[in-house]
Amino acid sequence: MSGVEGYIYPNEVTLYWSVLIVLYPFITGLVAGAFILASLERVFSVEAVKPTYRLALLTALAFLLVAPLPLVLHLGHPFRSPEMYFTPHDTSAMAMFGYVYMWYLMAVLVFEIWLDYRREIVLLSQTSKGLLRLIYKVMTLGSSNVSARSLHIDDKVGWIVTLVGIPSAFLLHGYVGFIFGSLKANPWWSSPLMPVIFIFSAMVSGIAAVMLLYMATTKLRGLKIDMRCVDKVAMYMFYIFLIDFSLEMLDLVHRVYEADESFRSLNFLVHTKLYFSQIVVQICLGTIVPLVLLFLTQVVKLGEMARKRIYILSGSLALIGVLAMRWNVVIGGQLFSKSFLGYTTYKMALVTREGLLAAIGLTILPLLFLWALVKLLPPWPDKSLHEAATGD
Amino acid sequence: MNISRRHLMILLPAAAVAWKHVLAGTPADSPNYQMSEHWWGMLIDIPKCIGCGNCVRACQTENDVPDGFFRTWVERYHRSDWHLENPEVISPDGGKEGFPEVQAGEEGMFFFVPKMCNHCADSPCTQVCPVGATFIAPDGVVLIDPEYCLGCAYCVQACPYGCRYIHPTKKVADKCTLCYHRITKGLTTACCEACPTGARQLADLKNPNDPIHEFLKTHTVQVLKPQMATGAKAFYNGLDGSVR
Repeated sequence: MSGVEGYIYPNEVTLYWSVLIVLYPFITGLVAGAFILASLERVFSVEAVKPTYRLALLTALAFLLVAPLPLVLHLGHPFRSPEMYFTPHDTSAMAMFGYVYMWYLMAVLVFEIWLDYRREIVLLSQTSKGLLRLIYKVMTLGSSNVSARSLHIDDKVGWIVTLVGIPSAFLLHGYVGFIFGSLKANPWWSSPLMPVIFIFSAMVSGIAAVMLLYMATTKLRGLKIDMRCVDKVAMYMFYIFLIDFSLEMLDLVHRVYEADESFRSLNFLVHTKLYFSQIVVQICLGTIVPLVLLFLTQVVKLGEMARKRIYILSGSLALIGVLAMRWNVVIGGQLFSKSFLGYTTYKMALVTREGLLAAIGLTILPLLFLWALVKLLPPWPDKSLHEAATGD
Repeated sequence: MNISRRHLMILLPAAAVAWKHVLAGTPADSPNYQMSEHWWGMLIDIPKCIGCGNCVRACQTENDVPDGFFRTWVERYHRSDWHLENPEVISPDGGKEGFPEVQAGEEGMFFFVPKMCNHCADSPCTQVCPVGATFIAPDGVVLIDPEYCLGCAYCVQACPYGCRYIHPTKKVADKCTLCYHRITKGLTTACCEACPTGARQLADLKNPNDPIHEFLKTHTVQVLKPQMATGAKAFYNGLDGSVR
């Protein structure tokens, strides 16, 4: 059989979880990470990161809207997916997805964004024209009171929603890790550390994504990047990255030292089929290099331009590293036989429902959603709106 | 016995009704079958297996199993004295057409191991199914409702024995049903029926007269991967420690 080495059970030749299932934890990770960054300002009063607050919320929403698509596209019967909501199986981690997703989308993210933007939405519903006016009118949900007292209540409720949102973000992504970590049949996945590693790597990717988006959008708008803000964001990224790396290394060292019956098989895998994606991309390029670069910014006094370049490079590498980590977990976990005697190969299709083009499309789609959201709800202060408000 | 035309007129429609049940093979079509009176499993007697592949062929014919996928298959183990933990295993086309001859002078021990769904009492596959499309029937058989399965393949990932696959055209999970359409009518499975040496025997653990009870009392029997604690009900006699 082509692509098969050693002995694998005959039904193991085909890999059923494709590149789309790699994207799914990557996208939900970006959502959770972006939200955690937003909560830094809101709950923990880290004022320096305020310029990223709204952008982080919109980024989380844009990616969350796309998060279920890879899952649904991957199903053999996508139209049966609502059954997960209507008749969930109470012992299945996957069945929780619908509920955690809806909770996070509606009760946390959309609600918080609405509370935070309510004043602007009301003002825009009065100042804009045509279809846009109608859209903003609908978005007010009939609540046009923007008095100081009303805005104060919004702020208080928003704080509570963010507070609830932090464990919800952990739940959203921790449960994705649990889907893998709770499978005793697969030693590559089965680990109580899996949800924790997923959460920390999610925070790294989400923070890196918002940092890069903030720098790019500020540059595009021809404004000066707030270095105090970016320095702070990068600092948080560095420390969370350090915890993430430590957890991943703990998992690795534990596996190597314990060396159970699966070790020889997994060790072979890491040194052959996963060598490039795990050792080279995930660990060296995607983790050690950005960690060293970020460490330099913490201990050496560097110029603004040098710091900017380091942040762009380390943020991009961190995103690639986290994507590679998702790849190594999802694809790597299916490359070896549960007999521990052989290996199969993943052959990625190009233009099928689960192929490379679909994956690229699903990676671009959240950015299009983000563009539309930013147009609809600008995350930066609008002077004309401010004037309109004071004119009232 | 003479059958008159009048008798024939009565018997033919009755036979037509009965034939429908024989062909269909669902519990609803087996009105006398009581699920709660059975607890099905399978006894696999490794020393008796000759690796002929009859069981694999019978299963594929009986259940219309697609090419390249297997509800049951047979592995040949070659365990040399030096590779107790790392045996050489082959299963060309699931052992459907038998195995190449062992060359004279080859050292070590050769034996065949038939594999199939273990119909686990604590099955990890049913645990993870997001909609409960795969379930343990009251008679202990793990089944899949193809009208309900999403085709998410989570069960495929959760099975420690590699027994499940996604049907290439139906796009739902598929695996051994223990020939449910047969056993609910008092027949044995296709693989058991086709086995020339009796290496596979359907076992009803709730039936006090089933020979399985005597067999389990008098033989050293093991299940595959006991560390998985799945409550597997495929009982193996003569299972070598190198079998995975």
